[in-house]
Amino acid sequence: MRTTMTSPGRAALTAVAMVLVLSTGAARAADEPRLDHQSERFHEEPPILGTLLVDRLEHRWRDGQNSVDWDIQGWIGGDTNKLWFNSEGSKVVDGKLERAELQLLYSRMVSEFWDVQVGVRHDLRPEPQTTYGVLGFQGLAPYFFDVTAQLFVSEDGDLSARIEAESDLFITQKLVLQPFAEMNASAHRVSALHVGQGINDVELGLRLRYEVTKEFAPYVGVNWERKLGETANIARDHGEDPNDLAFVAGVRFWF
Amino acid sequence: MHTAPRGLSRRNALKLAGAAGLAGIVTAYPGRRTFAASGPPLELPVERTRITIDGETSNAIAIGGSIPAPTLRWREGEEVIVHVTNRLDEPTSIHWHGLLIQGVMDGAPGFNGYQPIMPGQTYTYCFKLRQAGTYWYHSHSASQEQEGMYGAIVIEPADRDPVRADRDYVVLLSDHTPEAPEAVLRKLKVSEGYYNNGKRTLVDFFRDAGRDGLGSAMRDRLDWGKMRMDATDLADVTGYRFLVNGKGSRDNWTALYKPGERIRLRIINGSAMTIFDVRIPGLSMTVVAADGQNVVPVKVDEFRFGVGETYDVIVMPTEDKPFTFFAEPIDRTGFARATIATRQGMEGEIPERRPRAVLTMADMGMTHGMDHDPMAGMDHDPMAGMDHGSMQGMDHSSMPGMNHGSMPGMNQNSMQGMDHSSMAGMDHGNMPGMEHGSTASQNQAVGWADAGTPPDAKALSYADLKSFRAREPRAPTHEIEIQLTGMMSRYIWTLNGEKFDEGAPIRVAYGDRIRIKFVNTTMMAHPMHLHGMFVELENGQTDRMPKKHVVLVPPGQVTSVQLTADEPGEWPFHCHLLYHMASGMMTRFIVEPRTASL
Repeated sequence: MRTTMTSPGRAALTAVAMVLVLSTGAARAADEPRLDHQSERFHEEPPILGTLLVDRLEHRWRDGQNSVDWDIQGWIGGDTNKLWFNSEGSKVVDGKLERAELQLLYSRMVSEFWDVQVGVRHDLRPEPQTTYGVLGFQGLAPYFFDVTAQLFVSEDGDLSARIEAESDLFITQKLVLQPFAEMNASAHRVSALHVGQGINDVELGLRLRYEVTKEFAPYVGVNWERKLGETANIARDHGEDPNDLAFVAGVRFWF
Repeated sequence: MHTAPRGLSRRNALKLAGAAGLAGIVTAYPGRRTFAASGPPLELPVERTRITIDGETSNAIAIGGSIPAPTLRWREGEEVIVHVTNRLDEPTSIHWHGLLIQGVMDGAPGFNGYQPIMPGQTYTYCFKLRQAGTYWYHSHSASQEQEGMYGAIVIEPADRDPVRADRDYVVLLSDHTPEAPEAVLRKLKVSEGYYNNGKRTLVDFFRDAGRDGLGSAMRDRLDWGKMRMDATDLADVTGYRFLVNGKGSRDNWTALYKPGERIRLRIINGSAMTIFDVRIPGLSMTVVAADGQNVVPVKVDEFRFGVGETYDVIVMPTEDKPFTFFAEPIDRTGFARATIATRQGMEGEIPERRPRAVLTMADMGMTHGMDHDPMAGMDHDPMAGMDHGSMQGMDHSSMPGMNHGSMPGMNQNSMQGMDHSSMAGMDHGNMPGMEHGSTASQNQAVGWADAGTPPDAKALSYADLKSFRAREPRAPTHEIEIQLTGMMSRYIWTLNGEKFDEGAPIRVAYGDRIRIKFVNTTMMAHPMHLHGMFVELENGQTDRMPKKHVVLVPPGQVTSVQLTADEPGEWPFHCHLLYHMASGMMTRFIVEPRTASL
């Protein structure tokens, strides 16, 4: 199934890699003020900052194998240009790594609330390991929804997409309810990865966290995932349940 | 003290700190000067130190060995020489806030050829005092001002002071955080709303729904959500202790008096980020000067106090009892307190805390997208006489229940026509329509301008400020509009949408008379500070417009000032909220010499 890399896929990846390399250097340069008074430099440099958010690090209890799941994001850069990092995955407790995804993106502010992001995604699991080119946007939608929407082109030229949104509802100043939703879709069937054509799955989560400090919050919640369409059929053919309901407990923290 | 060696040892520094402490007391007696300016040059070392506030010690930076730095008592017309020695391991600077001064002596790195003072170096400031009044000095480098680098300047007039007082005290307000300022700025940038511990919650929602109806509370939340703005965003940073002359509220800085004496309080807002509401329950204050410049005395019970502003007030306690000087930040996260007493150790009552305001749609861009140009030609003066009472009365008492969704459809023109410059501290006392005694007002203040002033109290309004001397100002020949802009969610603050040195500088010709119109498109108030020159506030006082060096522009409003560009140079023009300036809210204001090419 998995043959040689198609040329459009390779071209896209090369382009993405180039952008990434150029942008990291440009990030610093672009955030420095342009000076028309070289001798009279305001001595403060705009700070290059970085942050890492472990949004979800949780144990999932379900009918079947329990797992540990994570969702992490971080960035380093200035106001306009950032080098962005995403990772999510799942590992069976005392078992194998089922999903592990890494993204490295160049993120550029294009409006008050939105960044455009371009870069690469590499999935260590499921196997075969797959590399994708990524184009997407990330930001804050009206009504305070954190939204990430991404388009992926795999090294085989397969096109897929993902959109996720989450929000924080303050019950008190420290008790926060976080609804979460995600949807994946694919333009092609990718049998090796058990992905069908069309909408692959939807995931809904609801987590209640207590912010001991702003930086550290344990939480409990529920997570429901449903495979759909062809993807669901593929799952059934492999003896998997397309429904996955899990109760979760974990911690959210950031630096 | 003047002979303090350049190579300052730790012990000497401590001695100096002690002397500076004494100096603070000396200022209590008029006629005595902390530094004899006509004498030898003044030595002001800058060094790291520790500050203890209400028993808690944290890192700080001191000028001249103390926090606040020693009060500099000078006389108009004198020439002063100040050696500033940098004993930090980072560059520093000292800016003389409000002084009319040669550009290179102004002390803002990157402007007028002034270079930062590098570690180990000494910079010699030398300037002639061209004015009298209350001013202050502070670091203009990084966030050192936040760490304690601020002090008062008192310049006695060359002639007789029109303000008579038996006692003369500096009351320097500031905010101190145990966090490193770099850490504060980082948190503001990586985590929106990090310091807001007063966000609107589900609990608040049900309370509002119970009071105003479910539909109304829902619409209000949706309106704010749609804009991705937070109605509780009054101040960016919390975790502050609020200080009076470097003392915490428990340390209780005390000013002494004898009943019947006239006490002059030179109140300076030397905070990094804090706008205060200031009052002395039981005493009315007669404001005699604003930003160092004498004004026609006006009697008030309280005033709203922008960062960088100064007010001189006279109080006359006749009873033998302690009075509490009380300054609450507008987000009500604490208070600064001092006592005016007949003996040391006396304590007045701590007054009831005022409610924290919730912002309204009126604070948020009623002016957005509007054509501001018609305002330019409008005569602002008659507007001061508008019926603010009915306007405010409507606003405050009925806003929670109003259909916010339909607000944009309101009569914006009449809103626009109001005298925005006087909105900052409106005369709540004259508002018959207001019901401050009502439950809603006690629990919650509505709108940025609502300080929770009781109905029988008088809050200072910008419109009350009348220059002591009448002038016949030239009409401005042109107008410069400055949009106060920002992206709260990213913590980027800008002027005309551009960060410092991204945008073109403002250029005016020497001698020009101009109007500057601040259009605040954000939901925060910005204390706008111009170095090098006073601006005259268009507050309806025609020939008596007050001179200011900081103008507090309320959220969503327009404030205009005039100035004569009579100080050549390249002056910093910025928001005096420290972290707003640090994240870009600054520009160059260049007064160019008139040449043939112009």
